[in-house]
Amino acid sequence: MSNNKKYWKGVEELNDSPAFKEVKSKEFNEYLPAEDFLGDEGLLENSNTSRRDFLKYLGFGVTAASLAACEAPVNKVIPHVIKGDKTNPGVANYFATNYSDGFDYCDIVVKTREGRPIKIEGNKKSPLTNGAINSRVNSSVLSLYDEKRYRAPQIGGTPTSWSKFNGTVKKKLSDALANGGTVRILTNSITSPSTKKLVGEFVAANPNADIKHVSYDAVSASGMLEANKESFGIAALPTYDLSKAKSIVSIGADFMNSFPSSLELTSQYAKGRKPENGWMSKHFQFEASLSLSGSNADVRMPMKPSEYGKTVAAIYNYLNGNTSGVAPKVEMAAKHLMANKGESIVLCGSNDKNIQNVVVAINEMLGNYGSTININNASYQRQGMDAEVVNLVKELKGGSVDVLIVDGVNPVYSMPADVDFKGAMSKAKTSIVFASRPNETSAEAKMVGAANHYLESWNDANPVANHFSITQPSISPLFDTMQLQDCMISWMGMDGNYYDYIKATWSAVTFPMQSKTLLFEDFWNTTLEAGYFIGKSAEMVAASFTNNTSTALSAISKIKSSALEIEFYSKVGIGDGNQSHNPWLQELPDPISKITWDNYIAMNPAEAKEQGFAIEYGEQKDADTVNISINGVNFENVPVIAQPGQAPGTLSVALGYGQTIGKSDEVIGFNVYPALKGMVTYSTDVSMEAAGGNYQIATTQTHQTVMGRTSVVRETTLDVFKKGDKDAYNPAHILATHEGPMNVNDVDLWAAHPVATAGHHWGMSIDLNSCIGCGSCVTSCNSENNVPVVGKDEVRRSREMHWMRIDRYFSANAESVEERNYGEMESPEDNPQVVHQPMMCQHCNHAPCETVCPVAATTHSNEGLNQMTYNRCIGTRYCANNCPYKVRRFNWFNYMGYDKFADLNPSQDDLGRMVLNPDVTVRARGVMEKCSLCVQRIQTGKLDAKKESRPVMDGDIETACSSACPTNAITFGDYNDKSSRVLAASQNSRAYRVIEEVGTQSNIYYQTKVRNVESNIA
Amino acid sequence: MHQEAAIREPLILGEKTYGKITDDVLDSVVGKAGRSWWIAFGIAAVMAAWGIGCILYLLGTGIGTWGLNKTVGWAWDITNFVWWVGIGHAGTLISAVLLLFRQKWRMAINRSAEAMTIFAVMMAAVWPGIHMGRIWLAYFVFPLPNQFGSLWVNFNSPLLWDVFAISTYFSVSLVFWYIGLIPDFATIRDKVTQVVPKKVYSLLAFGWTGNAKAWNRFEEISLVLAGLATPLVFSVHSIVSMDFATSVIPGWHTTIFPPYFVSGAVFSGFAMVLTLLIIMRKVMHLEDYITIKHIEYMNIVIIVTGSIVGVAYLTELFISWYSGVEYEAYAFINRATGDYWWSYWAMMTCNVVSPQVFWFKKLRTSIGFTFFMSIIVNIGMWFERFVIIVTSLHRDYLPSSWTMFHPTFVDIGCFIGTIGIFFVLFLLFARFFPVLPLNELKTILKSSGEQYKKVGTTTAEEH
Repeated sequence: MSNNKKYWKGVEELNDSPAFKEVKSKEFNEYLPAEDFLGDEGLLENSNTSRRDFLKYLGFGVTAASLAACEAPVNKVIPHVIKGDKTNPGVANYFATNYSDGFDYCDIVVKTREGRPIKIEGNKKSPLTNGAINSRVNSSVLSLYDEKRYRAPQIGGTPTSWSKFNGTVKKKLSDALANGGTVRILTNSITSPSTKKLVGEFVAANPNADIKHVSYDAVSASGMLEANKESFGIAALPTYDLSKAKSIVSIGADFMNSFPSSLELTSQYAKGRKPENGWMSKHFQFEASLSLSGSNADVRMPMKPSEYGKTVAAIYNYLNGNTSGVAPKVEMAAKHLMANKGESIVLCGSNDKNIQNVVVAINEMLGNYGSTININNASYQRQGMDAEVVNLVKELKGGSVDVLIVDGVNPVYSMPADVDFKGAMSKAKTSIVFASRPNETSAEAKMVGAANHYLESWNDANPVANHFSITQPSISPLFDTMQLQDCMISWMGMDGNYYDYIKATWSAVTFPMQSKTLLFEDFWNTTLEAGYFIGKSAEMVAASFTNNTSTALSAISKIKSSALEIEFYSKVGIGDGNQSHNPWLQELPDPISKITWDNYIAMNPAEAKEQGFAIEYGEQKDADTVNISINGVNFENVPVIAQPGQAPGTLSVALGYGQTIGKSDEVIGFNVYPALKGMVTYSTDVSMEAAGGNYQIATTQTHQTVMGRTSVVRETTLDVFKKGDKDAYNPAHILATHEGPMNVNDVDLWAAHPVATAGHHWGMSIDLNSCIGCGSCVTSCNSENNVPVVGKDEVRRSREMHWMRIDRYFSANAESVEERNYGEMESPEDNPQVVHQPMMCQHCNHAPCETVCPVAATTHSNEGLNQMTYNRCIGTRYCANNCPYKVRRFNWFNYMGYDKFADLNPSQDDLGRMVLNPDVTVRARGVMEKCSLCVQRIQTGKLDAKKESRPVMDGDIETACSSACPTNAITFGDYNDKSSRVLAASQNSRAYRVIEEVGTQSNIYYQTKVRNVESNIA
Repeated sequence: MHQEAAIREPLILGEKTYGKITDDVLDSVVGKAGRSWWIAFGIAAVMAAWGIGCILYLLGTGIGTWGLNKTVGWAWDITNFVWWVGIGHAGTLISAVLLLFRQKWRMAINRSAEAMTIFAVMMAAVWPGIHMGRIWLAYFVFPLPNQFGSLWVNFNSPLLWDVFAISTYFSVSLVFWYIGLIPDFATIRDKVTQVVPKKVYSLLAFGWTGNAKAWNRFEEISLVLAGLATPLVFSVHSIVSMDFATSVIPGWHTTIFPPYFVSGAVFSGFAMVLTLLIIMRKVMHLEDYITIKHIEYMNIVIIVTGSIVGVAYLTELFISWYSGVEYEAYAFINRATGDYWWSYWAMMTCNVVSPQVFWFKKLRTSIGFTFFMSIIVNIGMWFERFVIIVTSLHRDYLPSSWTMFHPTFVDIGCFIGTIGIFFVLFLLFARFFPVLPLNELKTILKSSGEQYKKVGTTTAEEH
């Protein structure tokens, strides 16, 4: 059939009128002036932008813009516009590096996603830190994305370019150096061999000038350094091995937190706390304020800080046979030390060289050097000598310093008021301060070098004589920033950059220490990958021990006490204040007081009651305020709280506060450094009076005791444990039924979830004996799971969002449930024993939350996980109410957008959002959330195993908390894997499940805490 | 035909005729609203507006504007929910259960009690709605087909049972109430003269003709609905109580809850009926219909249910000790002596102790005192729910999580708002709807009217 039908578009086409033809011939129906324009040659010639020119300009513009967007090729980090080798979307890359800020040293691994560092974890392979990490280190990734960072160098407060900045510095330096001027470089304790070498070369290149590098620690260990210098001729700290020590005596040393090399000590400590080994270290703590270490001690004696010296002397004398007039607990400690010669350690937190001299002598007498203490393999993690710092200030005040360079420290903030560093600094002809964010010192500086974050920098470290590490960047600088070392290279007119310089140093210094690798490049690459290199430790040989205790003892006897003393300490989250702008750390509850977002004066509860101060605080209960004068420095209207364990007649207050945080301009807490006269860690010159005001305190835990609930926390003593009668320390829950006594787990209304037989059955085990309560897991979890920061006001309303929390219970005046003396059960003892209990979703196999959700938004996975489907959640909060562990967290607001959190929650701006883990959903308002056992990590682990066609191995998958735990208290694994550590732990005789009698059949086991005390003392 | 003893006290006082009843009841509908109505309406409207403002702020900003926290996930929201549901019990109980038991005295009160029920259940339904974090997804609680295949609601959850229980109860109550209204709407239709009201009432009357067949059907459907509604009276609050009873929280996990909640609900429902009727009979001059006798009957119900509730409280205390469970024991000791002792003792005083004064006839027949007591009982019942919800939650298993609950202005505003909306609705009802079932009342005029009782007595004597 023919198919020649013609279809008309319209009647016009059918008619085919001339007018239609005319219209049809044109593409555009309306009148276009193009012909007029193009036809008129004059017009075209007269116009100075032709179409062709326009295209040329456009092309040029695009090319120029693209070119400008690309940096010149760098051999440091590949900017992520060009996809780098092995950086695949959705796949994380890990870089080994280290964290070294003069307060903490940690070998770390940085997780990056799509080129962004998002998570910091301990380097498990490091023989120094053993993978231990603390909150300060794992939260430091957030500081990288701090909205307030300097984005360019400044001269006189105005931003400028680096070429101008470096040019100006170079000129100032050459002017000064030419006239034999004085240059001072003030830094934190730098362990970097390359930096030290660079400074050395700078000094050597200018023999006529007076150049000096001064190390300064805000929290000084000068006393120990001096004591070691006098005793061994080495101005360094020793390295310790707490894992071998059977007797640990700490006098005011918070070795789990602020003591130098605390991470090393913490990980070693845990190894000596395993009762299954047949022995456990016995830990004595003598201190004024209840520290993290003190809260874990077996025997703790509160005392005034001025008595530390006398206690050390008493132990020394006791060991020398002078046993009269010694306090019972001191005697107990001394006896225990004598019984464990060569397997003990005495530590002291005092910054008095005389006291430290006696401590050295005690350890020497006990034969600990060579076994548990090693002075030959010295630690360089604190180098600040107070005398040198004082001398520098004197020089500055004299006006003799031409150029002052400050890096990594904030002396205007952290030096005592009587030093007046601000005034001294203003006398320097040129002051150059390197800082990554505006601080008190950079505000006073004539020139500010916008410093890199350490995750943007190349560096190296040598924290301990035999341990070397490379700091490698994991992202190219976000802003126009530079590190001091690169600037110095520029100032000195050297070729290359600091990266080349480090390589050269390593080629010359560390490469020859080994013989395994022939080529330096191979050595460099393997070290870079591993993150550390173990060199020769014999480099440093200590002089033999010089006993100078007689002078020290007589100096100690002159130490005066007073009726009221105050001790300065560093908090677990804030440390020396170097990172106090970090909202994650501010929101981390103090492990002892559980207070967030503040420092405060802590005092003994009995004394607080006597003086009429509120002894309960938190939520709507305000703390009272006091006016306090410390060493002549006045603090007005500061909060005072009652702290069980605080020695009578003493107060304590945390350093490091009084700075702004995040984007906010609000100052958090108050700065106590001005009162730190002479870098002494305490003061006897205190007077305090009630100010009559109220102060809102935010705490995550308002109830202090466990109310005798032995199903929540189980503890026993070593001798009871050793007898091996499980019922004595970890009895099973037996129910009286009509069929006779039955174990609670056998009485069940429910059908079991079929997780116990097939596939995986994830679970976790937490050893209360290893957990020290440091909170590293809390910040690690925040960082892994995008937990929002909610701020002080919301914490006061008990709405912190932490998925992982650490419950801290003080022992009470009464513990027996039978007596029902609830008033006494609620009040903590004056010198309480402390239990730290990590608490998060228990992933119950018979989960109360799952049954009550009307929309099945929370369900059980076939791998034993209690999982939360955010999309499905309508926010009835029924699940949270029905959770016996109260671990569910509700999104009360839109934390990502609501004004109230604009200054607090880093995720409210583009920069802060870069830290978010792309594997974890950011939860919407009105949705319930909780610990997922890091299901994203489980999935990754399973996928990796699948790609390699092998089963998931025990230890392949670590949750954020288990990986961050410095004491390995948390073990994650698969119960269906018969060889897994978690299965073994759950079958351990100490294993129990929290409130098992409720019948939740949780997947998280805890191990009973064992205290190394005689059961009758308890 | 209903036979009633002549010596029984009359249910309708005064010299009433059929026409008089119609006039008495429809006075307010046909006439103009009085000054007191406008004042009351104004106050209620302001409260309602304030509440709606608070609710909008809540919905716009987040549940965080309430005082809830990580430990206390429900407080005033569910307290108010249960309180309103409880109040919503009396209406159906009066109209359905008393209908089945042929309690003729119910006729004076059942219309407004049912209206109160409808409005109270509406106010109750507000709370589960706005307490949701994401109310815009509230439809998830209905078992709707969806593209996710097996994704369904969780039939294990008592909250889901609530959805069904409340919606069923509300629809049956509404239908029952409306059916009863039809003949009365027809009466109004026939009485009003203005065009618009006539049209509206004609629509509402569903073409009621009042013939014998219609009345026959009316009676039948009333009985059927009463039969349907009666189990609902007991099921709704039983199911509401299971929100708590099926949980694991000490103080919630109690098998006694269903009967205890139902009697508590009747208790509070009757109290609220009394509050409303005592005002209404005064303002609308209905003293001849809603008599002291009615008030006394209701007070007797209050003694009975209040005592049941009291026994339940004591049983809970006993069991908490007898169970030997330390958490249970602590939960109840904490209720009585802990931080919220005042709410526990407010509950005990208002609900258990004070209703016992109704044993005195003088007090239970005193209008002023009854009004005072009805308020006390409703305060007590609010505290009962507050005690159960907040004091159980605030200190449960792990002492580390123990917190207090501090209400914010939004908590208070939303609650006041629902009271305001409730009264706005009730006042509109009183103004535009027949507040007594005037046509049904006429059926008892001859047997229970004062005048006819007199006549009956004389007749008897004559024989």
